[in-house]
Amino acid sequence: MVSGGILDIDSLVYTYGDKTVLDMISLNIKKGEILGILGPNGCGKTTLLKNLNKNLHPHGGCVMIDGSDIEEMSKKDIARKISVVPQSNEIRFAFTVRDIVGMGRMPFQESLRGASSDDMKITERAMEQTGIISMADRHINTMSGGERQRAIIARAVAQTPEIVLMDEPTLHLDINMQFEVLDLMKRLAHDNNLTVVIVSHDLPMVTRYCDRIMLIHEHKLFAVGTPEDVLTEENMKTVFNVDALFEKDPRTGTNTVRLFGSCGGRDFSI
Amino acid sequence: MDRKLKIMVIVASLSAILIFSVLLDLSWAPRPLSLKEVWDALTGNGTWANTIIVNGFNAPRVFFGVFVGAALGVTGGVVQAVFRNPLASPYLLGLSSGASFGAAVSIMISIPMIPLALAQPLLAFAFCLGTMALVYTLSRTVGGVRTETLILAGVAVSSLFSAFVSFMTYIAPSEQMQNIVFWSMGNLGMVKWENISFAVPVIIAGIVIMIMHSKNLNAMMLGDAHAMDLGIDVRKVRLLLIIISSLVVAAAVAFVGSIGFIGLVVPHIFRLLLGPDNRLILPLSALGGSAFILACDYAARIAAPSYGVLPIGVVTAMIGAPFFIYLLSRKRSDVGW
Repeated sequence: MVSGGILDIDSLVYTYGDKTVLDMISLNIKKGEILGILGPNGCGKTTLLKNLNKNLHPHGGCVMIDGSDIEEMSKKDIARKISVVPQSNEIRFAFTVRDIVGMGRMPFQESLRGASSDDMKITERAMEQTGIISMADRHINTMSGGERQRAIIARAVAQTPEIVLMDEPTLHLDINMQFEVLDLMKRLAHDNNLTVVIVSHDLPMVTRYCDRIMLIHEHKLFAVGTPEDVLTEENMKTVFNVDALFEKDPRTGTNTVRLFGSCGGRDFSI
Repeated sequence: MDRKLKIMVIVASLSAILIFSVLLDLSWAPRPLSLKEVWDALTGNGTWANTIIVNGFNAPRVFFGVFVGAALGVTGGVVQAVFRNPLASPYLLGLSSGASFGAAVSIMISIPMIPLALAQPLLAFAFCLGTMALVYTLSRTVGGVRTETLILAGVAVSSLFSAFVSFMTYIAPSEQMQNIVFWSMGNLGMVKWENISFAVPVIIAGIVIMIMHSKNLNAMMLGDAHAMDLGIDVRKVRLLLIIISSLVVAAAVAFVGSIGFIGLVVPHIFRLLLGPDNRLILPLSALGGSAFILACDYAARIAAPSYGVLPIGVVTAMIGAPFFIYLLSRKRSDVGW
């Protein structure tokens, strides 16, 4: 295997019982890139994400951060490098937004020591960057799904990671917030060399923001490369069974995908 | 009110209530002493009789009461957070019925060479931890231990031991029956200084370890996945906290019986007042548990002088439940439970 990425996945195998969910997946994720992982429901995207920070333990192969095997690293050491924006963000308890975002500093704190002034500065900054500073004292259990999502994203930022793993980050967000959150990620990737891994169903958004895309099909790596190279008409038909076309948006100059319809019942109304 | 001020007011009033409860409970006697007489006895200026009442008779009970209350309050807060379940109490995993069973066995079957005063706490302690181990083993599956399975196994094993205790109560001669019933409702007065020197270090060490994990518990309340993403080894921490809380509860319950309601209610009271942050809830529950148990102990003693002492479990429930219902009806929506 050629290593040298910030996150190297080597022949990863994961099974639930006798069902293989990830079948020999290998990939080098580069520092500072935004990588999109795409694939239909149940193809193993979320399982892959959970294997990347040792929430699940692979049955074969390994994952390495900066060249060290994560199985040999403590959860705390991993959390200093990788933060996560999980798919479900239901929180029933009346923690304030500041409490939640401040938890992002936990991997850097001793068990009895409180937040240092640095921790507090980083927490406040993360709330500013994600535009939720005005909600800092509100209780998270009284907020909408989108607001909660932004608090969790702020927590992931406050963790000052080298890598952020995002599972359906735009799912609960208003359209304009989707752009704002992904713009922020792009800025962090560019300015701070942050590596962002996004799992999503949102083809146009992923196409627009990701430097590289990895397609998973039937639990195997199907294709990886720039959106232009990977999201060919043929690939999208094979993997998603949709009729879609990659193109550059003439107005914004960004990558996008035009979705025409299912290949099951082809409909060219456009 | 400003939050810091609110916390300071709560800590100050709790400390005042605790000190008052300590002095009050030390004053208990067939003719209750005045607080001044208690103070004199404590500082070595009391009469001979008062000194015996305060330092000899009341002091072990009150001293241990402080730690039992703290132990139950903190473990209650910990198990509620670990299981993310508002109904969880320190007895969730069958600790109380296991201990009662052990105590009942020691009452029913006199073990040769070993006096009841020693056999009873010994068996209670052993069965307390034994039950926890049984419950934990039962709920182990291939993928580890699920909290829901743990709760179910706890309920099942608890019911079984309760049934045994009921059976023994039913067939026991009346004096032993009374002993069993009284034990299972709790009485701080059963404790001796010898017991204290064993139990208190266990309780203190346990409480310190549990409070050290309060930040981890906060993250675990959001869900296992959140906690893992924040760098917590959830399985390890959960197992550790279950073992520690069981040890602490066993060390308390073995000598004074299973005193109910404190572990359930006290943490909730502080959550309703200050929100879910365990860094506040756990230490305050220690303080509050101590104050509450001593106040209840005093009430149990003065309530029924002609019957001797009322079981303290009766009082903790009669005072705790209405207060809890009042708080719940006012602020239910704020907590999340």
